[in-house]
Amino acid sequence: MSHIITVENVSKRFGQVAAVDDVSLAIEEGEFFALLGPSGCGKTTLLRMLAGFETPTEGRITLDGKDMAGVPPNRRPVNMVFQSYAVFPHMTVADNIGYGLKVDGLGRAERDARISEALDLVRLTGLGERKPDQLSGGQRQRVALARALAKRPRVLLLDEPLSALDAKLREQMRFELASLQHQVGITFVMVTHDQDEALAMATRCAVMERGRLVQLATPSDLYEFPNSRFVADFIGSVNMIEGRLTTDKPDEAIITTSELGDVFIDHAVLGHTGGTLWLALRPEKIELRVRDAGSPAPKMEDSPQGYNSIAGTIDHIAYLGSESVFEIVLEHLPDKKLRVIRPNLTRWDQEDFAEGQPVWMSWHACAPAVLAG
Amino acid sequence: MSSDRRPLAVTLAPPLFWLLLFFLVPLAVVWAYSFGRNAGLTEIEISGTFANYARTLEPLYLGIFLKSAGVAGLTTLICLVAGFPVALAITFASDRAKTWLLLLVMLPFWTNLLIRTYALIAVLRDEGYVNFTLEWIWARLGSIWTLPPFVPLELLHNNAAVIFGLVYVHLPFMVLPLYSALDRLDRSLIEASLDLGAGQLRTMLRVVVPLALPGIISGIVITFIPALGAYLTPDLLGGPDSQMIANVIERQFKRANDWPFGAALSFILMYLTLIMIAVQAMTEKRKAR
Amino acid sequence: MKRPVKRPVKRPPAGPLEYLRRWPLRLWLLAVFAFLYIPLFTLVAFSFNDSKRNIVWRGFTLDWYGKALTDESLLTAFGNSLTIALLSTIVSVVLGALAAIALWRFRFPGRTLFEGAMALPIVVPEICMGVAMLVFFARVLPWPQNLVWPFNLGAIVISHISFSFPFVAVVVRARLASFNREEEEAARDLGASDWQALRDVLIPHLKPSLIAGALLAFTLSLDDFVITFFTSGPDTITFPVKVYSMVRFSVTPEVNAASTLLLLLTVVLTVVALRFQKPAEIAH
Repeated sequence: MSHIITVENVSKRFGQVAAVDDVSLAIEEGEFFALLGPSGCGKTTLLRMLAGFETPTEGRITLDGKDMAGVPPNRRPVNMVFQSYAVFPHMTVADNIGYGLKVDGLGRAERDARISEALDLVRLTGLGERKPDQLSGGQRQRVALARALAKRPRVLLLDEPLSALDAKLREQMRFELASLQHQVGITFVMVTHDQDEALAMATRCAVMERGRLVQLATPSDLYEFPNSRFVADFIGSVNMIEGRLTTDKPDEAIITTSELGDVFIDHAVLGHTGGTLWLALRPEKIELRVRDAGSPAPKMEDSPQGYNSIAGTIDHIAYLGSESVFEIVLEHLPDKKLRVIRPNLTRWDQEDFAEGQPVWMSWHACAPAVLAG
Repeated sequence: MSSDRRPLAVTLAPPLFWLLLFFLVPLAVVWAYSFGRNAGLTEIEISGTFANYARTLEPLYLGIFLKSAGVAGLTTLICLVAGFPVALAITFASDRAKTWLLLLVMLPFWTNLLIRTYALIAVLRDEGYVNFTLEWIWARLGSIWTLPPFVPLELLHNNAAVIFGLVYVHLPFMVLPLYSALDRLDRSLIEASLDLGAGQLRTMLRVVVPLALPGIISGIVITFIPALGAYLTPDLLGGPDSQMIANVIERQFKRANDWPFGAALSFILMYLTLIMIAVQAMTEKRKAR
Repeated sequence: MKRPVKRPVKRPPAGPLEYLRRWPLRLWLLAVFAFLYIPLFTLVAFSFNDSKRNIVWRGFTLDWYGKALTDESLLTAFGNSLTIALLSTIVSVVLGALAAIALWRFRFPGRTLFEGAMALPIVVPEICMGVAMLVFFARVLPWPQNLVWPFNLGAIVISHISFSFPFVAVVVRARLASFNREEEEAARDLGASDWQALRDVLIPHLKPSLIAGALLAFTLSLDDFVITFFTSGPDTITFPVKVYSMVRFSVTPEVNAASTLLLLLTVVLTVVALRFQKPAEIAH
């Protein structure tokens, strides 16, 4: 039995509103699982149902094969790191960590050992006697982590664990959480609205939208092979272009768009010819070349001449140091722009690609994701 | 800050003047009288004597003070026990239910004290509804067994009636601050406790009560102070031995005509009140730190 | 044709914090509210009872209302109470708002002392304040007897203002805390004088608290028995004092009827108050 948690057709309605709508998924032992989605998509409600704070209106949740219906939160082998951390302000750090152990009836010696082990684990060694108000936000979060992990739960639930930290600390904690999970080998289930966070830490992500599960995949699959416009748009930034399928052969397809002309794809597209489709083209998958007057469109090696290149003029540049984000106006459609990301490979790159510079934008036949809806 | 003092004078002067003339001066006069003695029928000579305060320590008055404190304490305790679950339920109710429940708690709070006390009298007196209901049940039972004639329970004019009445009047005083404290509590703390394996009861005792303690203390003080100084309830619901401090004070001013002694009694009551408020403010401050 | 049967949705079991859905707590709540409301309901119900004995239901009547509304002394008392409450409310709102603004806006020597003194009328036991007013109007500022109405109510009105306006000040100050000073500065920047800025920006912001404070002052005045008891004379009886003297003799349906009318007024005032503030806000 490798599924530690299964969620079967679970719905949660608050009055008329379905916060979670017929969601089914299975989480495997040892995973770092992320529930990802915009605010109000039901991810937190789902997490709280796993913890036992909400009861499903319909459906079934099992943990280690046991049905969790009617099992109160204090009887579930899961523990939670709350968004606000919920560190008890009237107890010391050690008492906070020891609280759950004391409740379990552990003896003093065993408790102290587990407390100091947990403190070491989250690198708060020696801060056991502090009160929460003497700690920084990051330290309080570590206390919340230690407190939950000290109970050695089957699953650790994390509700927006990094949202309250500042940018620098957040980056650091991403790595730390991932390595902590590796170290303790406990299944982590994290809720986040931050796609970077989910991509960076999770082994698998479930993307939710308006209560429904829209895609469940590894981070790279979510990014490179989104299954809907919503996922493509939600994860990272994307140029979304509407088109019609005009040629569909077993190993090539052509999609006609007004922005990019005829786009050559090197695989078959499942869709009847003539139907509306969308191309999701990631900004970093577009190559920029300086366009001189009269120079022909560059030919991409995997596409026939005349396809997958388009002329434009740099309208605006956001220089981010490691890379630059360009907004480029199309030559034939001056009110349409494409977004392109280009790493600054040399220290003089920005001189070649300045505002007003005419450019060619090209992409490989495999670069766009073709989406039906 | 503008150097022009005129706006300050215009805003500050009227309330300051009123407070001084119509509140602090009257209190000061009573305070002065508490160090005086009766000289003639209406004359009071402020002689600086402590005799009035000494008299309050006589067993009779000390007893009344202790009894008042006991009655107020018991009232507060009952209100706390009865009110805490109510406050808890309101705190975690849905928004709609919360509005209605709060309204239900507040409406008696805003209803005239005399009307409420009168309603209680109507319920509790010998010919009141409680006794009437009991008599009715008694009569039904009497048709099955032979019973002695019904003797109405004496529910009014005793100490129990005073406590009953004080609880009736002061319950909202307790529920509202408790609700306010519980509502401010971060509920993820309660969830964290449950999540860590503690049951509901342990969560209440180890997490909710310690964190809501300032609110609980303020509820206790807010209930205890008016209960200690209650005049109307013991007067109307109590018996001859149910007198509380306020009744004794009233008697000194209206009937016994011993103003200096009444003044001393009333200032002792005031000092007790202020001490309690100071203690409460201190616990609040310590918590806020 | 078979119509699709709508499956009744079973309510899920109560969540761990849905205390209101646990039966012991529901029972407790029911008991507490029964305790609070049964006396009031019986009081109202028996104001319509066609029996002097006031216990057994003998049929519906409005006689007691007729009696109460033609009882000269009861009506006078009722009128006195409303007049006192109205006058006291007007002055209390002005004084309370001024005090709140002074404490919020300015630093001045003795500010803390003034703040503390303003809290005194709120915490001092009613009986202490009652005797203080008795002594004051007996010895320091004897209120002339036999003045024409409503001036004969002066002593009572003054005492009511004294305990009401600090409450108004508290309500207004709470509201002032949420005032953005930059709004006032913007008004000044746009050319308003100090007073214009006050009138056009600050007062509109304070309006809900002024109304809430007024309702509070009105209720406090209407509700007060003890302090009035010590300041009223034989020809300045208020409704609570009148009921007090009637209750001491006997319990009659006439008092029930008069009380019901006042209860009705309280409910109306409460509903008005709720239009301006949610109960959850008032509770805090």
